[in-house]
Amino acid sequence: MSGHGTGAGHAHEGHHELPFWRKYIFSTDHKVIGLQYGITATFFLLFGFGLMLLMRWQLAFPGQAIPVIGKMISDDGVLTPELYNQFGAMHGTIMIFLGVVPMAVGAFANYLVPLQVGAQDMAFPKLNSASYWVYFCGGVVMLASFFFEGGAAASGWTSYPPLSDIANNAQSVWLVGMVFLITSSLLGGVNTIVTAIQLRAKGLGFMNWPVHVWAQVITAFLLLLAFPPLEAAGVLQLMDRLAGTSFFLPSGLVVSGEPLKVSGGGNPLLWQHLFWFLAHPEVYVLILPAVGIIGEIYVTNTRKPLYGYKTLVYSLIFLGFMSFIVWAHHMFMTGMGVTLSNFFQTTTMIISIPSVIILTTYLLTLWGGSIRYNTAMLFALAFLPMFAIGGLTGLPLGLTASDIHLHDTYYVIGHFHYVVAPGTLFALMGGVYFWYPKITGRFMSETWGKIHFWGSIIAINGIFMPMLFMGMAGVSRRLYDQTVYMHGAATQNLNVLMSVSAWILAVMQIPFVINMFVSWKTGKKCESNNPWDATTLEWAATCPPPHENFTTPVEVYRDPYQFNTANQAIPQFKA
Amino acid sequence: MSVIIPYVDEPHPMTGVTNAKLAIWLFLASEVMLFGALFSTYIILRHGSTHWPSGELNVPLATINTVILITSSVTMVMAWASLKMKEFGKFKMHMALTILLSCIFLVVKGFEYHHKFEVGHTPASHTFYAIYFAMTGLHGLHILGGIAVNAYLLWPGSKMWLTEPERFTGRIEVSGLYWHFVDLVWIFLFPMLYLLP
Repeated sequence: MSGHGTGAGHAHEGHHELPFWRKYIFSTDHKVIGLQYGITATFFLLFGFGLMLLMRWQLAFPGQAIPVIGKMISDDGVLTPELYNQFGAMHGTIMIFLGVVPMAVGAFANYLVPLQVGAQDMAFPKLNSASYWVYFCGGVVMLASFFFEGGAAASGWTSYPPLSDIANNAQSVWLVGMVFLITSSLLGGVNTIVTAIQLRAKGLGFMNWPVHVWAQVITAFLLLLAFPPLEAAGVLQLMDRLAGTSFFLPSGLVVSGEPLKVSGGGNPLLWQHLFWFLAHPEVYVLILPAVGIIGEIYVTNTRKPLYGYKTLVYSLIFLGFMSFIVWAHHMFMTGMGVTLSNFFQTTTMIISIPSVIILTTYLLTLWGGSIRYNTAMLFALAFLPMFAIGGLTGLPLGLTASDIHLHDTYYVIGHFHYVVAPGTLFALMGGVYFWYPKITGRFMSETWGKIHFWGSIIAINGIFMPMLFMGMAGVSRRLYDQTVYMHGAATQNLNVLMSVSAWILAVMQIPFVINMFVSWKTGKKCESNNPWDATTLEWAATCPPPHENFTTPVEVYRDPYQFNTANQAIPQFKA
Repeated sequence: MSVIIPYVDEPHPMTGVTNAKLAIWLFLASEVMLFGALFSTYIILRHGSTHWPSGELNVPLATINTVILITSSVTMVMAWASLKMKEFGKFKMHMALTILLSCIFLVVKGFEYHHKFEVGHTPASHTFYAIYFAMTGLHGLHILGGIAVNAYLLWPGSKMWLTEPERFTGRIEVSGLYWHFVDLVWIFLFPMLYLLP
């Protein structure tokens, strides 16, 4: 026996009489919390993107005043080197910890996992609400750091000591903000795993989980096990800064000609190990939910089962496991020794195998399908080549020999942005178009969707493709003005191209945001519970689902992806 | 219709655990990683040091504290067992004892800290003291969190015994699992920080 034991359950009382603030602000409904995550994360994504748009002006036209809004950020309108560093650090932090993860995990896992396993809510609704508000506080702390004397944290999103240990106060604020965000992820991770395992509908075995549920559960495990070491590292760095310890400060450090008055004996590399022990699994936290979303969109829009479902699931599990033992490939240039480098080079090559298997199963899913080219599918289709470019450009970085040339250049930036921007973010946008009818009961405009897609895919390649070339030409990342170097000046015209592309990309997001809000009230109405004729459990609920999701308990009769010969879906919930 | 969450007080027939029990095991797994990072830090710092202080910490006090903490783990189990035997009065006694013992642990720790600061062994004086204060401090915070939860379960939270006894017993078990974990961390901290030459 599994599923809804009606007598055994614990009921929330009187939800239908909730006042506004309980229903929409401090709600315990996983769908409302999912939307709260989604809206907050959208704000942060646009904000983080905005910081980069300003930085791109300085990169394209070094030393020139920013038109119109320049006066708001400095006296003469020029983006100062100090501000440039702050914006760079905060762009990374905001995009990863406040934008993409809350969107991919907070919004999508929260909204979809309970629906896809046939549950009425998350296992711990109050904890769920708490995770959102802890995340929200973390976001406020991060934003507040801009108003501190000396500005926001400027040590990069990686916060390498010893510089971060002796940086100004904003770095402490950054660390406090991170502790909030880490705690939020931990709570959310526990909740997702328990929900997916314990609250499954009757008949839903693990191998009947939609691939998105698998992806989210593995992601939750990564969050759960990889984040605590960073929390420890954050506390240690905070102690270095506030209690005068020397965890990351070696002996004999001299700053501005003065010997630093600390006991010394610490190890800056220790921070890098602890940091990357989180930050490499974090990369998979960014990519796995996207992989899950893509799977759902592909199956529904190719009208055929996922090719190699089990292979895909085992690859995801193996990928999740391997992601814990590749971290030091970020540290080949630190002089940690040949033995360690060889080990991490080998594991890095091994982890590319499950990644390629995943891409292959998706490619074979497309093969012979009767593909519907709607906006969601276009974004999902674009994911494959974009993620492939991102993945394949990672191989030279994972090999110690070629990494010597490419390390810390724009090539690295190009590589991981290909994975996260046209990879993950495109998948998330596809997911928004795909599940929008479920969430609101209306479709988003296809015309504006297609304008959004084609504009974005062209512009985004205009940003990141030149980065790969610039990196191979040897231009370092985090340069304020590369034209002061001869090899940098030679590729400066690429910077202009990238900046213009970035601004075009920003303009192309306007139809998306407007579409998202306007369609809520005016979009084409969704006639049935299952407008895309999909197969998984969330399509058994009404559009939008009521508070308890399913008015009658759902049962599962088959594996997640089945179609008949007439290309019609045979949903999991149909007897 | 209101939202129904199953397996709050009875175990899932296939996984064999309640929601809360699965959640606490997952949480403890993350705690292992948290303390694991600090233990690794200890190893790396010690490995790279030229001089590592030893024998400067108060072993007798720490031994007493170890005994106190293990005893509190025993009373914690007794509190849970009392509920299993439907003896609420005994539960109250054992839970109160657990809280009392954990408070004594913190007081003893406070004396130790105070003495260290008096003789100038501060976090800033050596990386050994830095990691000593970081680890025992974080452990102390965990004790403090345990006291808060247990106090809630002893006083305001114990009303649940009247309405949902199964669920309340489950809460005590979950809190107990956390408490044993905190105890276990100390079992590793004690030899590593105090006894290792």
